[in-house]
Amino acid sequence: MINGTSHIILQAQGITKRWPGVLALDSVYFNVYAGQVNAVVGENGAGKSTLMNILSGTYTEYEGRVLLNGEEIRFKNTADAQRAGISMIHQELNLVPCLSVAENIFLGREPQTPFGTIDYREMYRQAEEILDCLQFTEDIRRPVSDLRVGRQQVVEIAKALSFDARVLIMDEPTSSLSENETTLLFKTIASLTAKGVGIVYITHKMDELTQIANRVTVLRDGRFVSESEVSDTPVEEIIRLMVGRERKDLFVKRSHPVGEKRLEARNVCLRSEEGSKHIVKDISFEAHASEVLGIYGLMGAGRTELFETIFGLHGRRGTGTLLIGDRRVMPRNPKEAIGHGIALIPEDRKTDGLVLEMDIARNIALASLDRVLKGGVLHFRGERAQAEGFRRKFDIKSHSVRQKAQELSGGNQQKVVLSKWLLTDPDILLLDEPTRGIDINAKNEIYRLIDHLAGKGMAIVVISSELPEIMAVSDRIITLCEGRLTGEFFREEFSEEKILKASLPEK
Amino acid sequence: MIPIALKPKFNASFLQHLFALALMVLAMTLLSDKFATADNLFNVMRQISVNLCISVGMTLVILTGGIDLSVGSILAFSGAIAAGLVEWGIGITGIDAFIGFTFFGVVLAALIAGGALGWFNGLMITRFKVPPFVATLAMLTMARGFTMLYTGGFPITGLGYTFAFVGTGWWLGIPMPVWVSIGVIALFTFFMRKTKTGRYIYAVGGNEKATRLSGVNVRRVKMVVYTLAGVLSAVAGILVTARLDSAQPNAGMGYELDSIAAVVIGGTSLNGGKGSIIGTVIGALIIGVLNNGLVLLNVSPFWQQVIKGMVILLAVIIEKAGRKKD
Repeated sequence: MINGTSHIILQAQGITKRWPGVLALDSVYFNVYAGQVNAVVGENGAGKSTLMNILSGTYTEYEGRVLLNGEEIRFKNTADAQRAGISMIHQELNLVPCLSVAENIFLGREPQTPFGTIDYREMYRQAEEILDCLQFTEDIRRPVSDLRVGRQQVVEIAKALSFDARVLIMDEPTSSLSENETTLLFKTIASLTAKGVGIVYITHKMDELTQIANRVTVLRDGRFVSESEVSDTPVEEIIRLMVGRERKDLFVKRSHPVGEKRLEARNVCLRSEEGSKHIVKDISFEAHASEVLGIYGLMGAGRTELFETIFGLHGRRGTGTLLIGDRRVMPRNPKEAIGHGIALIPEDRKTDGLVLEMDIARNIALASLDRVLKGGVLHFRGERAQAEGFRRKFDIKSHSVRQKAQELSGGNQQKVVLSKWLLTDPDILLLDEPTRGIDINAKNEIYRLIDHLAGKGMAIVVISSELPEIMAVSDRIITLCEGRLTGEFFREEFSEEKILKASLPEK
Repeated sequence: MIPIALKPKFNASFLQHLFALALMVLAMTLLSDKFATADNLFNVMRQISVNLCISVGMTLVILTGGIDLSVGSILAFSGAIAAGLVEWGIGITGIDAFIGFTFFGVVLAALIAGGALGWFNGLMITRFKVPPFVATLAMLTMARGFTMLYTGGFPITGLGYTFAFVGTGWWLGIPMPVWVSIGVIALFTFFMRKTKTGRYIYAVGGNEKATRLSGVNVRRVKMVVYTLAGVLSAVAGILVTARLDSAQPNAGMGYELDSIAAVVIGGTSLNGGKGSIIGTVIGALIIGVLNNGLVLLNVSPFWQQVIKGMVILLAVIIEKAGRKKD
C-alpha cells in the first residue's frame, strides 16, 4: 500500500490486543504517511484508541509488528516513543495546569545550568523558537491554566515538536474547540504536514475529513475495514463501512402493547460545573409503560449526564420538568427520584453501583433498608432471605449472599445492582450501558430481563454504545449528539446507517 | 486452597488481633509479677476507658473515610463545662439570679456542648467542603481556646460526691469508668450493626457515590458521625474530670493520637468502609497494656514513645501483608 507521492513513516502490521475476555484489536493494519493526514474513524469500541495507545507506547503488550521507517520497533513506554518521534495528543490534555507554558513543554527534560539548576533563559529561548512556528503569541511564562483549551492544545503540539516529532497522533482534537480555534488548529496541521510530519487524526466529524484529511482508515469491532483516499470516498460510503457488520441476532425481542405514558421529560438541561456550557441541552422525550426506549449517542453526547440529571444527581445544575403520572417534578437528589419511582442502573458498577466491600445481601438492601427494619432495627435474616430470592431468580453465581460484591464477576455484579434497584419497585427503569464489560451469556440474560420487565409494564430507558444491541432491545430509539436530541426512530424504521448518521455531529 | 465456604465464620483479622493482644498479655505476665494482679488490671482498664470512649467515636469518623483531630480539645471543653456548671451554674447578669444544675443536668449539658462542637465540624465538612483533616484541626485549636476562655486558664476543682463516684467509685466489683466504657461499646456495637444509620456509615465509607445514588443522604450521615464523635469526647471529658475531681484546661492534649492509633491497630481502614467497634476495643486494649507494661518494666518514657510508634507500624504492616494473601 505505497502511496505514490509519500512514503510510510510508521506502519502497524497485524496488531492484536487482548484484554481479559475481550479481543480489542484483531490483526489490524495501519499506515502513517509522511506529510499527510490519515483520519481514523469508527464507532465507540472500534479499537481506535487502543491502536493509537499501542503506536504511542502506552500499551506495550500486543501481538504483531510496528515498523518505523521499515524497521521493527517495540516501545517500552511513551517516553521511548516520543524519543523516536511519535507523540500522541490525548483528548484529555496532559498538562500540569500550574506550570508555565515553557515548563510544560520541557517537563522532565529541562535545560540545565552548570550548577544543576534549571536554565530558564535557554528554556524560554527554545520554547519561543518552537512556538513561533505555531503562531503562538501568548506569554510563555504564564501558567497554562490561564490559556483557553485551544491554546493549551498548541502547547501540547509544541511539546511533541520539541521531541522532533515525525508522527503526531491526535485523538478528537476539536471536540472542545470553538470554530475559530478549529480553524487555527487546521492551519497548524497544514504547516506540520508541509514539513513532512505524518498526522493521525481520530474524529467523529465527517465534514472534517474532507477539510484536512488525505486518507481515511475505517475500523470496526477491533478489525481493519478499509483505507482509502478521502477524495474517492463519499461520506455515505464511510458510514456504511463503519456499521456494515454481518448480523448475528443474539436475542429476539417480544413485542408488548405499549401502555400509557409513564414519564415525560421536558426541556431537561444540565449546566457544566463552571456554569458556562450546557452538557445536556433542552432534551424532551416520553417513555411509556411496557416500552423500551433506547438512547444512542457517541462518547460525550451527554447520555449519562441526561440520566444523572433526571435522577437528581446534579442538584441545581439540572433544570427542566419531569411529568410522572400527574405530578410535575424535578428531583433535587436521588432520594427524591427514587420516591417518584425512578431507578438508575449506572454505567460503572464498581464506582457507582456497588459498595464492593459489602456482601451481596447488604448491597441489594442498600436502597430500600426500610424493608428489612423490624421495630426500627435491621433484621438480618429477612435481609438475607430477600437477597436469596434474587440470587435464585437471576442465578447470581456466588457461594452465598454473604459473599462480598468485589469477588463476583462483572455479569453477576450487574445482577446484584439490578436486584438492588428492582427491590425499590420502580415504575421507570433507567439503564446506562447495562452490558458493558460482561460476557455474552450474561448479556443475553440481561436482554431477556429487560424484555421481561417491559412485559410487566415497567417503562424502560436504556443507553448503549452498541448499535446492534440497542436495535435489538428497543421499541424506539432517540439519538443524542453534543448534548442535543438529534433524531427519533421507531422500530420499523431502524437502520444502523440512519441511527449512526443522526448521532454524528454536523457542522 | 480452602474453599471460601469452609472459611471460619470469625473474620480472620479479628482473630489475629485477639491473638496479638493475648500474646502481649502473656508476655507482660511473664516479664513482670505486678502485671497480672487484680489491682493493676483494674488500673489498666480504668486508664483505657477514656481512650475507649473517644476511639469509638473516632471509629465512626474513620469508617466514613474522615478523621477527627479535635477530640482531645472537645474533651477538655466539655469537662470544663461540666465542672463549671457544678461550681458556678449559669449566672444571669442584670437580675443577679443564677441557675444551678443537678448531676444529670450537668452531664446532659456537657454532652450537648461536645455534640455541638462535633456538629460544627460536620457542618464545615459537609456544607463548606472543608477537608476533615483541616476542619477538625481548626476545631482542635478553637475548642482549646474556648476552654481557656471559660476556665481563665485555671483548673476548676471540687466537684462533689457524685462526680467522685463516677470517676473513682466501684459497682459490682468493677470501676465506674469501666462500666461507662462498656456501656458505650455495647450501645455503639448495636448502633453500627443493627441500625440504618450504622449501615449507611459503612456504605458511605465503602463507596460514597454509590451510596448517594442509592438515595442515602450522605451529608446527614456525616453530620451524625461528627456529632457523635463530639458527644463521645464529652463522655470521655466527664470521666477525666470526675477522676481527677477537677477540670484541667489542658486535659486531653494529644489524645487524638492514641485514639487514631487504637482504631488503626484495631484494623479499621483509613480509607473508610472497613472495620469494627470491637476491633477498636482490642486496639485500645493493646495500647493500654503496652503503656502499662512498659511502665511496670521501668522502660524509660522516651523509649515508650518509640516502642508505641513501632507497634503502630507493625500492626499496619501485618494487616497489609495479610490482605495481600487473600
